[in-house]
Parts: sequence; structure tokens; C-alpha cells
Amino acid sequence: MNEKYTRAVKELLYKMADDLLILGHRNSEWTGIGPMLEEDISFSSMAQDKIGQSLALYQLLNNLGEAEPDTVAFTRNQQQFHNCQLVEYPIGEYDFSLMRHFLFDNAELLRYDLMMDSSYEPLAKLARKFKGELKYHKFHGDTFVMQLGKGTAESKRRMQDSLNFCWNLALGIFEESPYESTLVDEGIWKGEAYLKLRWLEAVEPILAEAGLTIPDSSTWKPVYGGRTGKHTENLQPLLEEMTEVFRVDPGAEW
Amino acid sequence: MIIKSLDPRISRAQISDEPGTEQELKPLEHFETYEVFHQKKRGTHHQHVGTVHAPNPEMALLFGKEQYGRRGVCVNIWVARTTDIFASDYDDDDIFSTTPDKQYREAAPYKVMDRINAYKAKQGS
Repeated sequence: MNEKYTRAVKELLYKMADDLLILGHRNSEWTGIGPMLEEDISFSSMAQDKIGQSLALYQLLNNLGEAEPDTVAFTRNQQQFHNCQLVEYPIGEYDFSLMRHFLFDNAELLRYDLMMDSSYEPLAKLARKFKGELKYHKFHGDTFVMQLGKGTAESKRRMQDSLNFCWNLALGIFEESPYESTLVDEGIWKGEAYLKLRWLEAVEPILAEAGLTIPDSSTWKPVYGGRTGKHTENLQPLLEEMTEVFRVDPGAEW
Repeated sequence: MIIKSLDPRISRAQISDEPGTEQELKPLEHFETYEVFHQKKRGTHHQHVGTVHAPNPEMALLFGKEQYGRRGVCVNIWVARTTDIFASDYDDDDIFSTTPDKQYREAAPYKVMDRINAYKAKQGS
């Protein structure tokens, strides 16, 4: 691997891992207070999956010479996190958390699907490993959106409001990397622009069938910045909470 | 007094702590139940593992997977509405009462090992 290739892969792995760590942490905030026992367990399991996936990606980074996964997860400041802003927002009401999960996990399944063909073999291997988990995450998101979109007037209104709120943030998932052309040319993966098209093709029919309306494309303003370390005021409190125990005793054995 | 709890689900239900004031649940407040069956290996039988609350079969499948398929091996899940299960009545459990006496229905008591061993000995010789 030449230096350019490695730099591009690292940037890619960091943003993917950070998305998963931050959203995994956010979604775990529902544990114990989910809307019903069965959903509490399902949503918590998926949050756990995400943290596990982020660990596997941080491990790849470690193999490429970056610090240990725990060090990377718990000692960086917010400017060093490359997650998109969508994932750092507080959990809000359940409609928001579900809509975010639906939009994000549809993109995740497609993203890792594309990465199964990656020229960077360790990533292709992980993508194949994650496939089953991601399929369930999408199934969960799709089923809830369908159920609540077609549910009562209140559930429909809530899902529509959440969709309106999430949309531009979700478009921010696809903020391009400075190494985009290297990633595409070297066959690491097909890139954010391609993923975005595939994602639109995937979510549009589901939202339409659920009776929900995507905001008019003239109003689309992707919220970028997350991938270069620019975050909302919501990330820092999350990092403080997430790293609280680690900071008390960084050398603790678990 | 309405019971106050850190669990929002309890607080939301507005439950009174006075005895005898329990209220009927309104429609949509509670989902029906589904029985969950899982299969450990293709070709083997599905086994009943428990119950989930859900508004429809799709969601029952969604919940059944995480409730009962999240630990251990599982290759397939069935869900069935609890009310669709047609069951015998416990008052009629006497229909089973003489079954333990009918040992002749068990293959185990037949004394076939002598013959099997004799056959094996013959083959070996």
C-alpha cells in the first residue's frame, strides 16, 4: 500500500467507525426507557451491534498504525471525530430516533454492500461479516417506518415531522472525503456520490409506501462539516459522558 | 395517588396506587401476543421459545428475533398469534392419564439386543 492509499483508507475507516460509535452510544440511551419491553431489547441490541462494529473498524485502524481502539474512542476531542452530524443529535422523542435509524441504516447496509468488493481486503472481510446485522437493522427501521407512517394521525404526523427534521442531516452522511478520487480509482469503494444515489433509490419507495413525503428537492441543503470535525453543541456532552468512567481510571482492566 | 416512576412507561400509564382502582386498558394501549418458535438447524423442528407483544406478524418477527434469537444459534423463526393456537383443555388432562402405563408403546423395553449381538457375531465370523 502506498502512502496515498493508506491515508485514504484511514480517513474512510475513521468516519465509518465514528458514525457507529456515536450512534451506538446515542441509541443505547434508550436502554431501559424504550416504548415497550420488546422494542427496548431490540433497539439496545442494535446499539450494541453498532459499538461492536465500530470496535472492529478501530481495530483495522490500529493494524494500520493508529492508536489502540480504547485510546481512539475515549481520548480524542470532538474536532477529531469524523462522524456526520446526524448521529450526534440527542435521542429526542422516539419518532426522531426511529427516523434517524431508518435513514442511517438504509445507507449503512448499502455502504457495506459496496465495500464487500473493496480492494482493501480487511474491509471487504468485515463488510461480509456485518451483512447479517445490517440487514436486520434495515428490516427493523423499514418495518417501523411503515407501521407508524400507516398508523394513527398522530404517528404519521410525528414521522413526517421527524423526516423533515432529519432529511438535510441525513444528506450530510454523504459528505465527500478529500481522498474521494483515490478511494474510487483504487477500487476501495465506489464513493459517497454513488452511495447517495443508491440510498435515494432505496428510501424513496419505502417512505412513499408509508405515506410520508420527502421534502421538496429545491429545499435540500446537506448538512456538512461532521466529516472534517465540525460538530454541533450536542457532541461534546456525549463525549464527556461516554468517557467519564475511562477518565477516572484509564488503565482499568475490564 | 398516581404512581410516579423513573420509568416513563409506568408514569405514562397513570396507574393509581389505591387498591381496587385498576382500569381496563384502552384499545391500542396493549398489543396482542405472538408465540415465537425458533429453529436451531435447517431440517430440525422448530421449538417454542416464548411470547412477544406485537401489533402484527411482521413486528412479532422483528421482536422475536431479538428476544429469543439474540443468544445462541438460530437459523429460522416462526411466529403465530397466541389466539390462533388451538389447545387442549386442562380439565381434559385425564385423556393422558393412562399413557405412562402403556409401556408396550415404547421401543426401549423390547429385548432385541440379544438378536442384534447374535447377528453381529455371525457377520464377524
